[in-house]
Amino acid sequence: MANILEATNVTKRFGGLVAVNRLDFAIPEGGIVSIIGPNGAGKTTFFNCITGFYQIDDGDIVFNGTSLKGRSPDKITRLGIARTYQNIRLFAYMSAIENILAGMEPRLNSPWFGPVLGLPGTRAEEEKAVEEARQLLRFVGLRGKGDSLARNLPYGDQRRLEIARALAGNPRLLLLDEPTAGMNPRETAETTEFIRNLRDEIGITILLIEHDMRVVMGISEDITVLDYGEKIAQGTPVEIQGNPRVIEAYLGRGAAGAAHLTVESVEEPA
Amino acid sequence: MNTINWRRVIQVGLIMGVVVLIASIIGMVQTFDERDMIAGLLTLGQLLLFAPAFYGGFSVAGKDERRAPVPTLLAGLLAGALAAVPVVLLVALAGFWTTIRDYFVNVSPQLIEILTFGRESVSGSLLLLGVMAGLGLLGAAIHLIPQRVRRPFINATMFTLVFSLFSDVPLNIANQFLSRDLVRLVFPSKGITVVAAVVIFALALAVALWWEFSGRARRQQQQATITPEARRRNSLIVMVVSLALLLVLPRILGIFLTNVVAQVGTFVLMALGLNIVVGFAGLLDLGYVAFFAVGAYVTALLTSTGDLGLGVNFWIAMPIGVIAAVLFGIVLGIPVLRLRGDYLAIVTLGFGEIIRVLVRSDLLKPVIGGAQGILDVGRPNFGSFTFVTPEHYYYLILAGCMLALFIAWRLRDGRAGRQWMAVREDEDVAEAVGINLVGTKLLAFAIGAGFAGLAGAIFGSRVGSVFPNSFELLISINVLAIIIVGGVGSLPGVVLGAFVLVGLPELLREFVEFRLLIYGILLIVMMLVRPEGLWPSAVRRRELHAAETDEPSVAAAEGPLHEEVQPLV
Repeated sequence: MANILEATNVTKRFGGLVAVNRLDFAIPEGGIVSIIGPNGAGKTTFFNCITGFYQIDDGDIVFNGTSLKGRSPDKITRLGIARTYQNIRLFAYMSAIENILAGMEPRLNSPWFGPVLGLPGTRAEEEKAVEEARQLLRFVGLRGKGDSLARNLPYGDQRRLEIARALAGNPRLLLLDEPTAGMNPRETAETTEFIRNLRDEIGITILLIEHDMRVVMGISEDITVLDYGEKIAQGTPVEIQGNPRVIEAYLGRGAAGAAHLTVESVEEPA
Repeated sequence: MNTINWRRVIQVGLIMGVVVLIASIIGMVQTFDERDMIAGLLTLGQLLLFAPAFYGGFSVAGKDERRAPVPTLLAGLLAGALAAVPVVLLVALAGFWTTIRDYFVNVSPQLIEILTFGRESVSGSLLLLGVMAGLGLLGAAIHLIPQRVRRPFINATMFTLVFSLFSDVPLNIANQFLSRDLVRLVFPSKGITVVAAVVIFALALAVALWWEFSGRARRQQQQATITPEARRRNSLIVMVVSLALLLVLPRILGIFLTNVVAQVGTFVLMALGLNIVVGFAGLLDLGYVAFFAVGAYVTALLTSTGDLGLGVNFWIAMPIGVIAAVLFGIVLGIPVLRLRGDYLAIVTLGFGEIIRVLVRSDLLKPVIGGAQGILDVGRPNFGSFTFVTPEHYYYLILAGCMLALFIAWRLRDGRAGRQWMAVREDEDVAEAVGINLVGTKLLAFAIGAGFAGLAGAIFGSRVGSVFPNSFELLISINVLAIIIVGGVGSLPGVVLGAFVLVGLPELLREFVEFRLLIYGILLIVMMLVRPEGLWPSAVRRRELHAAETDEPSVAAAEGPLHEEVQPLV
């Protein structure tokens, strides 16, 4: 399978701190790929490099044949990359449906003066967008909640709305930053299933940052482990579970010999 | 049964006393005393003296209705009396400290006369103390009346006070239709007559009582049974009637009030523009007056028949003025809009000042007149008919406001409005969902500038001349205050805010001296009591009254009809 995203030698520094160090990374089209690592390992920084929040200092990131280097976040989103956030960042005072409509921006083309002149094309586009937004709401299980302000939704619903907003632009690559953070086991299981469905039925490629090992080991086809901004391991869930360097990064040097990383036992302290 | 918290009574009483004292020594009481509300009985100055005592009594008595009457009344009495103590001390002080005016310039003999009801100081002070204690008692006594009687009573009193305070409005309207002798019966030289006050109070009370005991229930019943079609028809009727009313308004109001409304309209136009920048897109612009100035100066220079002007027709010059303002907005916006929040506010503040300094500078004097400004600004015309009177300009401004309202309304509900809202909520995320930040912000800036330019173009022509003094920082602050008081992001709120902050001071010329003080107090009170503004935007209302929205909810739209729509998965 061809790679939809290829990062080569990506480096991001903040002053003297090297947050991401000469990282090579690839995502095959249609895959579910995870990045794990202890707190401060540079996972979210790497996300921000992909989405254009940060400009990388060295290396290159190529999406679907186009270099992302030097592009602003809105341009990158328009190329087909969407993301969610570690701490939910919805438009709090906008309704659920407006949040999704905002997420459709990459696909909307009507001019700003369309509504003032009552252009038929603008109206048609808006009506179609609202209809699709309703479908998306239903798809993520928020049926009938379109008029609630985002801030008034329960936590789990907000997570799902954020995913719906990310999907609204029809992205080819979806970046999920800890999508199950703060969820109980049942919600986590539902969300895991939901993510798998996304890939299986829409065919969207997914890059995941996640702390919950059950989620990561359960759905990832390929896992990259970061520590201090460097890739220390990469492979299938089984390979990663047995990798001594990974165990060391998570539990400390002494533990590496004693513990064998199992699906249940590794849960990073929050 | 709760006991009275005497500590609090003393506290509130003294706070009110300090309020009264400050109002007295800054000259507010004396200035306001020149406005009669009810002739021979009550002036605005006296209202300013008495209201704190009344309110003090009202607030210390509290909401607990089961409280024993005697301590409640005593608390009110004490609070009212305490509210009088500081000014009574002031009267005493003024009695033997003859040079007090060297330090407190406003403690004049006239002020002492007002405070002592024109009597000699001892008996006058005692009378003041007695009156304010009595008012405190009255304020407390209100709590002892059952609520269904209390509410109409308060409403009728308020109505009478407001009516007498703004008696200029009914007076000017009455002058249009009634004979002079008839008008004199109700309106003496200032304020209203005692008889008129009693009649108005009685009428207001009757209406309020009817509303309380049967009107409200009937209305609620009607509201409950009303169909969506009927509601739509009703709002259509309301719209047509108010439009018709707006068209004949100058005929009803007379010249003076029409001029006031025209002035309010100029600010409505500006506030609608700034509302797009601040309210919709969340960009704090403190130099907004610059765009107003550009529109006014460009139009004035083009149309003026004086030395500096070109004598171009107003209808050609006005769009050029608007376009100039828009271009100026874009040119200013490109470097400035990369800044966020406070930084943007400071930079725009600076640009506003730069414009003001430039137009008054000697450097540009040969071109735009410096401090002497531009005279003989051209007036719009249709063939041989020329706009001259306030009435003519009223229609021009009305048309401008309607256009701006329409544009703002359609943009808000369209894609641009959504982009602005998203940028306001979270700039980073807005960019991450694919919104072009610079373009979106520039659009808000440009449209806001355009509205201000239009307001400026009309303003210059209406006044007939353009001076640097008309474009001070205060205008920017004024327009911003209108938006905040009216309700940030709310279109009807902006209109209401302009009437409150521009219209009312025009009617109460006594306010002028204390305008900024009153603005400050009003803004603080608004932030504490009603931070969402007088007429908040739909988003806020939707949150507060989710059940009452007249739009069909998504749940309804997703009824059985839509059930068969295929989900994405």
